Amino acid sequence: MGLLSRMATILKAKMNALLESSANPAETLEYSYQKQVELLQKVKRGIVEVVTSKRRVELQAARVREQVSQLDAQAEEALAAGREDLARLALQRKQIGQEQLGDLEQQLSVLEQEQQRLTTAETRLSTKVETFRTRKETLKAQYTAAEAQVRIGEAVHGLSEELADMGLAIERAEEKTESMRARAAAIDELAETGVLVDLTRSGEDQLSRELKQISASRNVEAELAAMKERLGQ
Amino acid sequence: MIIRIMSEGQYRMPSGHLDQLNDLDAQVVLAVAQGDQAHFQTTYAQMLDFVRQQGEPVAATELVESDVILPAPDLELKEAQQLFKGEGIIPG
Repeated sequence: MGLLSRMATILKAKMNALLESSANPAETLEYSYQKQVELLQKVKRGIVEVVTSKRRVELQAARVREQVSQLDAQAEEALAAGREDLARLALQRKQIGQEQLGDLEQQLSVLEQEQQRLTTAETRLSTKVETFRTRKETLKAQYTAAEAQVRIGEAVHGLSEELADMGLAIERAEEKTESMRARAAAIDELAETGVLVDLTRSGEDQLSRELKQISASRNVEAELAAMKERLGQ
Repeated sequence: MIIRIMSEGQYRMPSGHLDQLNDLDAQVVLAVAQGDQAHFQTTYAQMLDFVRQQGEPVAATELVESDVILPAPDLELKEAQQLFKGEGIIPG
């Protein structure tokens, strides 16, 4: 049993949970329609949420960027004043800031994609809602005919599959934005107290952490040397 | 044959393509079983591209049920692994 059939099983289970089949086809149609309208609202809210998160990450990135250039200026000042120790400290913080900036930029591109996806989905779903609305009136008018029963079944199944898919897509989007929001909040808090701590390293192993530290300190030394040269020291 | 790529939409495909799709599926399954991230990404992308290229997008004005359902394009290896051992999935 491959990926294909597993996914189908999951989605079918989700569909069944969404669908309350009624003995009365007109009721089933109304219920499905109502569910679809609700979901469309949820998709719209999901988009708003993604956009909000994106703005927030953008603001944060701008702030970190500003801090980075500030730290750079401070390092230069410190060095000019003969305080190499302070300059080194500022450059170390700058390194961390730059790493965070990279992290934030990556988050932005993920959110951008998510927004794109949900917007496309919303357009598709809107059309489907409209199609279903028109069709359900026709079908309701003739639902005593066996033919109409079959068509109701088809429409409802096609629709509930769409519902289940969108439901899962929204859940995924929510999970993504939620974890990003948590990270963003943590960075915010630390940035406010003026201490940029490297959050990006939390999930790494010892080796890559140490390697990163080595390369970061190398960057700091290189910058320090370049700065000294500029200042003619 | 109607194929859904989750979060993306449905495609209509000649049913003769099912064998090829099953082959690609088998490769994805293998990559997932081996926990091979790179291989998983390539094979899964291939599978999706196959559907997109060989299939015709189903119009948004149509309401049809899919015969085959594929997870969303941003499926991660660990999610795929979850699919195979997660709760509520019938093993087979």
